[in-house]
Amino acid sequence: MSTMTDPPKSEFRLSMLINDTRYRSLTFQVIAAIVIALCIWYLGNNLIQNLRAAGLNISYSFLGDSAGYDINQRLVEYDSQSSHARAALVGLLNTLLVAFLACITATIFGVAAGVLRLSNNWLVSKLMAVYVEIFRNIPVLIWIIIIFTIMTAVLPAPSAFRGENPSSSMLFDAFAFTNRGAYIPRPEFANGLFSSTALNWLLVIAFLIGSWFATREIEKRATKKQEETGERPKTLLLKLGVWLVPFALLMLVMGLTWNIPELKRFNFSGGINVGGPLIALWFALSIYTGAFIAENVRAGIQAISKGQTEAAAALGLRQGRIMNLVVLPQALRVIIPPLISQYLNITKNSSLAIAVGYADITATLGGITLNQTGRAIECVLLLMLFYLTASLLISTVMNFYNASVKLKER
Amino acid sequence: MKKSVILGAATVAGLAAGAAVAGTVDDVKARGTLNCGVTTGLVGFAAPDANGEWQGFDVSVCRAVAAAVLGDANAVEFVPTTGKTRFTALASGEIDMLARNTTWTFSRDVDLKFEFVGVNYYDGQGFMVPKALGVSSAKELDGARVCIQTGTTTELNLADFFRANNISYEPVPIETNAEAQQQYLAGACDVYTTDASGLAATRATFESPDEHVLLPEIISKEPLGPLVRHGDHEWGDVVRWTLNAMISAEELGVTSANIDELSAGTDNPEVNRLLGTEGTLGEMLGLDADWAARAVKAGGNYGEVFAKNIGEETPIGLARGLNAQWTDGGLLYSPPFR
Amino acid sequence: MADQTNNPIAFVADGNIPESPPPARETGVVKWLRENLFSGVANTILTVLSLILIYLLLKNTLPWIFNGVWNANSLAECREILAGKTGACFAVLAERWPQLIYGFKYPVDAYWRPNLAFILMLVAFAPVLFFDLPRKLLLFTAVYPFIAFWLIWGGSILVPLVALIGCVVAGGVFQKFGKNSFAAGFFGAIVVALVIWNIGGALIPESASENAWLSPVPSRDLGGFMLNMMLGVTCVSLSVPLGIALALGRQSNMPLIKWVCVIFIEFIRGVPLITLLFVASVMLAYFFPPDSTVDLFLRVVIMITMFSAAYIAEVIRGGLAALPRGQYEAADSLGLDYPQAMRLIILPQALKISIPGIVNVAVGLFKDTVLVSVISMFDLLGMIRGPILASTEWNGVYWELLGFASLLFFVVCYGISQYSQWLERRLATDHH
Repeated sequence: MSTMTDPPKSEFRLSMLINDTRYRSLTFQVIAAIVIALCIWYLGNNLIQNLRAAGLNISYSFLGDSAGYDINQRLVEYDSQSSHARAALVGLLNTLLVAFLACITATIFGVAAGVLRLSNNWLVSKLMAVYVEIFRNIPVLIWIIIIFTIMTAVLPAPSAFRGENPSSSMLFDAFAFTNRGAYIPRPEFANGLFSSTALNWLLVIAFLIGSWFATREIEKRATKKQEETGERPKTLLLKLGVWLVPFALLMLVMGLTWNIPELKRFNFSGGINVGGPLIALWFALSIYTGAFIAENVRAGIQAISKGQTEAAAALGLRQGRIMNLVVLPQALRVIIPPLISQYLNITKNSSLAIAVGYADITATLGGITLNQTGRAIECVLLLMLFYLTASLLISTVMNFYNASVKLKER
Repeated sequence: MKKSVILGAATVAGLAAGAAVAGTVDDVKARGTLNCGVTTGLVGFAAPDANGEWQGFDVSVCRAVAAAVLGDANAVEFVPTTGKTRFTALASGEIDMLARNTTWTFSRDVDLKFEFVGVNYYDGQGFMVPKALGVSSAKELDGARVCIQTGTTTELNLADFFRANNISYEPVPIETNAEAQQQYLAGACDVYTTDASGLAATRATFESPDEHVLLPEIISKEPLGPLVRHGDHEWGDVVRWTLNAMISAEELGVTSANIDELSAGTDNPEVNRLLGTEGTLGEMLGLDADWAARAVKAGGNYGEVFAKNIGEETPIGLARGLNAQWTDGGLLYSPPFR
Repeated sequence: MADQTNNPIAFVADGNIPESPPPARETGVVKWLRENLFSGVANTILTVLSLILIYLLLKNTLPWIFNGVWNANSLAECREILAGKTGACFAVLAERWPQLIYGFKYPVDAYWRPNLAFILMLVAFAPVLFFDLPRKLLLFTAVYPFIAFWLIWGGSILVPLVALIGCVVAGGVFQKFGKNSFAAGFFGAIVVALVIWNIGGALIPESASENAWLSPVPSRDLGGFMLNMMLGVTCVSLSVPLGIALALGRQSNMPLIKWVCVIFIEFIRGVPLITLLFVASVMLAYFFPPDSTVDLFLRVVIMITMFSAAYIAEVIRGGLAALPRGQYEAADSLGLDYPQAMRLIILPQALKISIPGIVNVAVGLFKDTVLVSVISMFDLLGMIRGPILASTEWNGVYWELLGFASLLFFVVCYGISQYSQWLERRLATDHH
């Protein structure tokens, strides 16, 4: 054995591919790329062969064909002659609607339950603990079915509102809650400023936004005055006026009337109909996810050190204000990241709408369209693409919000 | 049977199985069981009973085919399928035939590449309403809320019907019959619509069936029949002629009671050909001579199967109507065995 | 001064006044009630509201439960027995009990097999869940999947035996070669296992299952709550190793591997489980070789495993991130290579931190197994929504069945989450 005096030769040997850390990762990646490519080729080849054997092809042209079925809840124009793509769009909007509504109410339920669970009222905190445990430990699909069943069984059918001595009556003669959903009055404008309803509503919204800016201005002035004189002027009446007077005037000018639901041959008609499946799904998702949010809120609050609460108490703040002004704003930073994933869960769980007959995208594109056209691969791929996009969008938006409320470290 | 390398062990473990290399007939024979797709549960047509045995009208067709091909009416694996999964299950070879109230339509036959081998039940979509509503025709249903059981062509027919008559309605698509029925009974829907046979079956399970009426309108043609994959004509022939054998047997008066006696040979050449005592019909199909006799013996002829599962004596109580033999004014008409 | 001591003065106390009991409102039940239930107006209102809520709940459910009928053959019979009273018809549970638990096709005389598998499962899980138990029990845990497979599916014992032999030999190969080169051991083990399985698979005669001691049960016949349990246990067990691999891959500094893992994880986490189940039921069949079909159960297991692996990967990634950087550096400075560092230093610690998170994913996944009822598998919910509610006898018995399903899930999930909390407390004390 000779002693080695030369520096190691830098010439490339094959074994360096495995043993030299400079090349090893490259080797692995090449191997991985080959393996992945082989897998894709294998699966793709199988797919092609299978499709050929079955005489099928992958084509999205069915999306342009007329769908041929009706959908009970549509946020955009749709009838049975519209295309499958249009039906998918209706379903998509319905998914987004229920997800949006459920996110709001789930947050309300969750925050309420989370705060109450830490209440020093023994009974209330135990009750909230029971709520959280019961809802967290039973599958959401079962909850959706149970709540839908409860709604159908407990609420009266429209026929109960009929006859000489109806067993149910409308609330204020304007609201009807039936097992088919809720029927509530719809505001309408007799002599709107624009011919289209949408534009009239935009005008109303513009007025409201204007009022909001005006109140902000009033607040700002009040604060300035407070800083100058030490006394905060009373602004409540002024603010109310800014909100109400223009709004009332606008309503007067446009001739606001209410379209009140009334019982027809089979059903209530007129007014706004919030369908039973929507209510059941909305409520089930909110109350189920609310239980998870409650736990996140509780963890967030408990993460705030007791010193903060005590300091706030020492400043003389009342219980409610301690919560609102000191604890929750800080806890929010802990709560928001898990809250984002709960919102994503709501969106994804809304796909269980098929259990209650709510026409979300899983029920239209992934349900009836798939059944009728038999285009399973195309429909399922589109469906996944939609949910993926929705999830990514929601998490992007929420992450921006998270970044904006995050503790700015200096 | 060729087995792919990785799937080898899984095949033996019974988690994977070879399928559709040669003809389906050979596959079924090699496997020893027939994989037959049925519904996930529709009383009278295909539903597991309290002991877990599948029973029903569609199930009998599967059993007859199994008896014809394998000689054992019980050599059937019933694969429950939903409206969504049925076509993939058939196209991918998971099942050999689909006997699940599936309507024979142009697009399914042509575009989806399936072959409907015949019609075992002529159905049509109907409406059920509570008697208390006082409705006597579907045209009076303006503004009604309609519960639909999804999965067949129901939604499309409904949309067409209401559109043609220019009346409005609110559809409520429900996945399972049980849930649709719960909605209907609670008054959340005014009307329940699905195939008339299904409506009768559903009504039969109500606490008080008399309080509900089926409206006279039948708004669609729903020829329900077994189907197989496109292109495998030998197998298509086996299923087609098994169904025809059941129908012919009724026409020719061959029942499960007298079949043994008739198998000994009769004066009627067509019965003889059917039962295999004359001619080589079985051989042409690639089966034994007495294949049709076995198929009929499995559950009886068409009339017996009908009477046992959905006939007037059963809770479902369907009349033969369109499904009577052509000799009795119905539509059942088997091509001759010759 | 002396006066005072010798001659007691009337107005000076010469001893302690005997302690009097605290005021009634400051003791016992009253105090507790006052402090915990009626400490202010708002609290009192909340208490009263809660009491009303509880009263309403009990008023409506208790008579229903206590009037319940346990012996009847149909809903109509139940209604007859109740004669107009409110009451549950629990008879459906009594009559359909086996169907709810085992599905409608599992052979009745083989019910002992899943039962035994269930009991053995508890034994097999014990050493994983409780660290104090002797480590030798893990040997049984390793063998358990093969026993359970044989018990539940039946058929020839040769199948699980071959699989087991393959695993054991592969493990041996890994022990032998893995010491020097992880890659050689790892890939060697896989190759050896595949070879043994294929040889074994070819050697086992196809007829072996027919006259086996345990009659074979096709997986289509599995059902009821047993199916939920099996899906949950199988998929979670399979997804833990896959999740670890994905988490490590996502942390890797090889861009290709990292991006493949990121895309996989984010894709799976971005879509609902139900769409993945649709893939299993209507799409996956097209991706297998044309000359074979793969059981729906296996396809569902594949998809659910991928689903939970993505979530577990994220949990484990959190665990890996929580480890101080020094641990990685210490491992490097000891001269350990990547597999060694991971196996000996990083993963044992990261996994320990991740266990509560993994358990949460497991609970969520177990609950999600009811979704298979949507794709025509007869799990507990599928049995209820399908054959039982569709049958003539039990048409209309919703509450009892849904309540029963909820109760079963609640018991299992609550049990697991209690365990997770216990574990969290235990792991938390380890640090002090």
